[in-house]
Amino acid sequence: MWGRIYALIVKEMWAILRDPRARVILVVPPLVQLFVLGFATTLEVKNIDVGVYNRDSGAWSTEFVQRLAGSPNIRGLVWIRSPEELRSAIDNQRVIVAVSIDQRFSADIEAGRPATIQAVFDGRRSNAAQIVSGYIERIVGEMGASLAPASASPRSLSVLTNWFNPNLDYLWFTMPALIVIISTVSGLGITALSVARERELGTFDQLMVSPLRVHEILIGKMVPPFLVGLFNASLYLILIPFAFGVPLTGSVPLFYLALTFYLLALVGVGMLVSSLAQTQQQAFLGVFLVTVPATLLSGYASPVDNMPGWLQILAQANPPKHFLIVSEGVFLKAMPALDVLSNTWPLVIIASVTLTASAVLFRARME
Amino acid sequence: MEVGNMDGPVATAHEVTKRFAKDGPPALDAVSIDIVAGRMTGLVGPDGAGKTTLIRLLAGLLDPDGGTVDVQNLPAVDADHAAIGYMPQRFGLYEDLSVIENLSLYANLRGLPASERDARFRELLAFTDLERFRTRLAGKLSGGMKQKLGLACAMVKAPKLLLLDEPGVGVDPVSRRELWAMVRNLAGEGIGVLWSTAYLDEAEKCDTVFLLNEGKLLYAGEPARLTGRIEGRVYRVFAGADGRRKLLERALNDKDVTDGTIQGASLRLVMKPDVGAPRPAAIGAPADCRIEATAPRFEDAFVDILGGGPPGTSALAQAYRSIPQTQEPAIVAERLTKQFGAFTAASNISFSVPRGQIFGLLGPNGAGKSTTFKMLCGLLTPTSGGGQVAGHDLRKARAEARQSLGYMAQKFSLYGDLSVQQNLNFFSGVYGLTGTRQREAIGRVVEIFHLKDYLSVNSGTMPLGFKQRLALACAVMHQPPVLFLDEPTSGVDPIVRREFWTHINGLVEHGVTVLVTTHFMDEAEYCDRIALIYRGEEIAIGTPDDLKTQAAAKAGLDDPTLEDAFITLIEESDKQREAA
Amino acid sequence: MSAFNRQRFTALLVKETLQIVRDPSTFLIAFVLPMILLFLFGYGVSLDTARVKIGLALQDTSAQARSLATAYERSGWFEVTGSRDVASLKADLVAGNIRGIIVIPPDFGRRLDSRGDPASIQVITDGSMPNTAGFVAAYAEGIRASWAAGLADERGVQPLPPISLAQRFWFNPELTSRYFLVPGSIAIVMTMIGTLLTALVVAREWERGTMEALLATPIGMAEFLATKVIPYFILGLCSMTICTLIAIFVFGVPFLGSALALLAIASAFLVPALGQGLLISAVTKNQFVASQVALLSAFLPAMLLSGFLFEITSMPRIIQLITYVVPARYVIPPLQTVFAVGDLWGLFLRNIAVLLGFGAFFFLLAIRATRRRIA
Repeated sequence: MWGRIYALIVKEMWAILRDPRARVILVVPPLVQLFVLGFATTLEVKNIDVGVYNRDSGAWSTEFVQRLAGSPNIRGLVWIRSPEELRSAIDNQRVIVAVSIDQRFSADIEAGRPATIQAVFDGRRSNAAQIVSGYIERIVGEMGASLAPASASPRSLSVLTNWFNPNLDYLWFTMPALIVIISTVSGLGITALSVARERELGTFDQLMVSPLRVHEILIGKMVPPFLVGLFNASLYLILIPFAFGVPLTGSVPLFYLALTFYLLALVGVGMLVSSLAQTQQQAFLGVFLVTVPATLLSGYASPVDNMPGWLQILAQANPPKHFLIVSEGVFLKAMPALDVLSNTWPLVIIASVTLTASAVLFRARME
Repeated sequence: MEVGNMDGPVATAHEVTKRFAKDGPPALDAVSIDIVAGRMTGLVGPDGAGKTTLIRLLAGLLDPDGGTVDVQNLPAVDADHAAIGYMPQRFGLYEDLSVIENLSLYANLRGLPASERDARFRELLAFTDLERFRTRLAGKLSGGMKQKLGLACAMVKAPKLLLLDEPGVGVDPVSRRELWAMVRNLAGEGIGVLWSTAYLDEAEKCDTVFLLNEGKLLYAGEPARLTGRIEGRVYRVFAGADGRRKLLERALNDKDVTDGTIQGASLRLVMKPDVGAPRPAAIGAPADCRIEATAPRFEDAFVDILGGGPPGTSALAQAYRSIPQTQEPAIVAERLTKQFGAFTAASNISFSVPRGQIFGLLGPNGAGKSTTFKMLCGLLTPTSGGGQVAGHDLRKARAEARQSLGYMAQKFSLYGDLSVQQNLNFFSGVYGLTGTRQREAIGRVVEIFHLKDYLSVNSGTMPLGFKQRLALACAVMHQPPVLFLDEPTSGVDPIVRREFWTHINGLVEHGVTVLVTTHFMDEAEYCDRIALIYRGEEIAIGTPDDLKTQAAAKAGLDDPTLEDAFITLIEESDKQREAA
Repeated sequence: MSAFNRQRFTALLVKETLQIVRDPSTFLIAFVLPMILLFLFGYGVSLDTARVKIGLALQDTSAQARSLATAYERSGWFEVTGSRDVASLKADLVAGNIRGIIVIPPDFGRRLDSRGDPASIQVITDGSMPNTAGFVAAYAEGIRASWAAGLADERGVQPLPPISLAQRFWFNPELTSRYFLVPGSIAIVMTMIGTLLTALVVAREWERGTMEALLATPIGMAEFLATKVIPYFILGLCSMTICTLIAIFVFGVPFLGSALALLAIASAFLVPALGQGLLISAVTKNQFVASQVALLSAFLPAMLLSGFLFEITSMPRIIQLITYVVPARYVIPPLQTVFAVGDLWGLFLRNIAVLLGFGAFFFLLAIRATRRRIA
């Protein structure tokens, strides 16, 4: 039995690696994806332009504008001279926010009266607007605090500590997440297409006529995408700490344990798709239909916590959702064994369900 | 536009050369042909000879590298495409459009005036007998019907030139014969027809043939003239069915014999020029055997012009183990039935094949022979009934049954993007060969099939003949007692076909049992027994000669060919069905 | 030979339409996939932070400390798990059960009124999710500040600071992320139909050998390309219409612009999308390769580099430069505008002009790459 499976595995490996272009395809696009996605898919908001409609000629408005210009997230200021200009600047997305300072601003502050700054945000980009509003609020708050009398009781304050990622560097979140996302895309693709290709070329009958049993074919087909996934993930595991400076704080063996079951679950889903597909085109569309929701519901594009409750339940069946927690945990949180395991057993269940289902479907296909 | 002169050729190629790789060998090398209106022009040659390239040049789909290709006195690429009917190898049909939708698409593309449409469609649908299937999707038609529809589309607006690229491949003899009659009819109306084919019996019926080999024109002219070259050199040897394979081996090894095949219980031998009739002693036949001269066929002449057939001894068979004698039949089918929903694809098929025999499954496309074949090799589970392969029950001991058979699929399904070596490693491995035994088995087939130079080449890029050899090699490395061959020589040229059958005959002599499906009637002649399957039922079973006798009795034919028998038996079955 | 002929043109158009209607994968890409995408962006991908789970370690028994704790519990922003023990909350934070910890230390109440250091609470966030961490930090501080202001008010002390910020969010006052995600996903859907589907269908003609049969008839390349483009153009608009109706009536996304403007924007975007699809298929002639190329060159850029999900200005310079050649970049702003703002023809026309420019470029290349010869 092992001789037969070995022969099949060797054949499958060659099928992936024989073509020099294919070898390049296995390594280069995942690396490019890592870099492009790593830098592009940030939910941070940086380099913004802010519109300033300053009708006050006093010193305090100048002070505020200087503080704005000094903010690291603000790239430039756009001078606005009329309400119409303000509207047009927002409408045409020249600026995401316009602050307007009225004539009495400096006078009010001098007089100790409450002064007001108005800020108008472009709500079309609601997420960015929300984050920018935080920036503006902080600048206003800091300026206000600097004006406040030295002592006033009662006094309280909050001291902020960001664990696991002190500077809230977005890259620290993206990189461990990308290990999950990129291996999902390539793992599902390789698995689902390998069987469909044999069906289309007519070699699948050849396999079914050989003494290989259904479970042996499944094992043989599973190993290569598994190894490719392992290879890609290992590459990232090395690259991410060294090239991107993301700390790897947790246990590498635990990471590999969870990775193993994650890849099995992925391969299981891929097998399920391919046992349903007749042609490569169907397999491709099937993979697409699975990959898009799997990625979007993984917690990578937006936190799972934000989803409606019923969708969160549905997301339990999504392998990347579980492995994303492990990957972030092992990289940033030095996640202990118990937590890793509690996110691994759902993967074990998904893997066994999908693999069993695809074995059953393969047998049924022979009828 | 100037209309082509009726007396001159409709289309000509003059010294045309075409290369696909800059410094590779030319696909066509200075080939000249004429296609004359009102005549059937045949284009024959082995796979890779350049037939498709020539047809594409005539259809104006390629630019020639040298020479000229003219259709109606204009370069083919600028010619009036409405006057050229072209049916590509895969018929060019839209599978998700119905019969009538395909037809009206091509009618409009070829500019058939609306006023003529209804009459023309009626005529074509009656002609192709597709009227009943007007609204059926083209993808749901059988191979024969697709082919007829493809033809109807190609000639929906009466063309001046009709180009047909291997219209007969993978199609059963009944459909092929019907198609031939249809096209012949058209040629009679003044159309120039070019019919490319690998079936040499079709070429024989053409008015003119052009024989291509490796891009070069080997022969141009009437088929009878080529056949005439070997007049008086073809003989049949009747020495009884037993031992005919051994006899063929010895005969082919005789230096005076250039080519030989099995024809039912007899041998058909082509002798070298000027050596006269074969002598029984020289070929080891009993002295009292009957030897008579017979009329040469085009295939005999074709093999002769290509330099004769291969020698008779199979190195593969010599190295093969001897399959132990048993009284048990090697393959048994017992009332095999397969239903797909309400449709019965195969019903109550029963036969048994003793060890060391060749059994053929014949029948039109979609008649159920593939279903039967697939049930026996374990690709389909029978709805009812059962079977055995090499003593293993198909239902209970599937894996054991599979271990004891070698399987060669239609179109030689190998892994085209893996090298020959990797294919061999894989197939020997899955059949359980490891270590030294594996290396020896691979070494053996590499030597026998001359695969050494190809070991590191992707198997998909090899010439078809080598693919076929590799497919056979992969099927026999584990020396199975039973071989399943599904259209094993589809598309390969007669020389490779002969070499293949030499191996099979040799293996059978070692006790191997063979189950084969085929559309080549000359291949069916090699079988010990044949089951003819039609509409899911076994309508006849017996030796090739039995079937010919049955057909002769039913239709009153004199010395029918196996193809005649095939067609007669099927027509008879239809008549009975209608009567019932 | 290849002059325009109405009979051939109509016949090809009818053929293509029949194929679209009958092919299940067309249906899948044009109608099922858009539903799934809309659904995911409508419900699944929410960038609006809901109630975040945090842990609260209340180590002080003073009335003020308890009152601050109550302020957190009642805020509506947090779902608070109380515990005396910081260690167990830390474990919860590592496991991802909570996203932040607020520690009110034992001396909080005492320090509040002392002259020494101010009373401080500790806010710990889960930095592995930077956005949520930012949210926790901002709201934890906000709640403390308003609690402190309330306390000061009670005691008659003037609240500070003296500058207030009045914020207004135009077009989307509630900042519902669905309002900008759903219009954006319409652009993704049109990319799928225009580029992926078109690339697949032309490649299919080559693969199945029907292209060879077509080329042997008198059709002209212009007829062929036009009859490929027109049905998919219409299909793209149909799919866009359905998506828009679902966006408005199912997801309640406001639509303030005119149907005409939406039609103009969608049409302009389909031009480069279709051109790119034709170009891909003309070059690859193979469904598998075409699908991969379409995915990499059209779908992923539209998803990631168009400003739909991720802010372009936040990307590194080099990637920002790449986004300029992503046609989807020019359709996201007008689409979001026509939904949320209304008709701003200046903005629309500027982007439409760029899109048509891309379209012309792709079509020119596609026509050059589509030859009448088969090899």
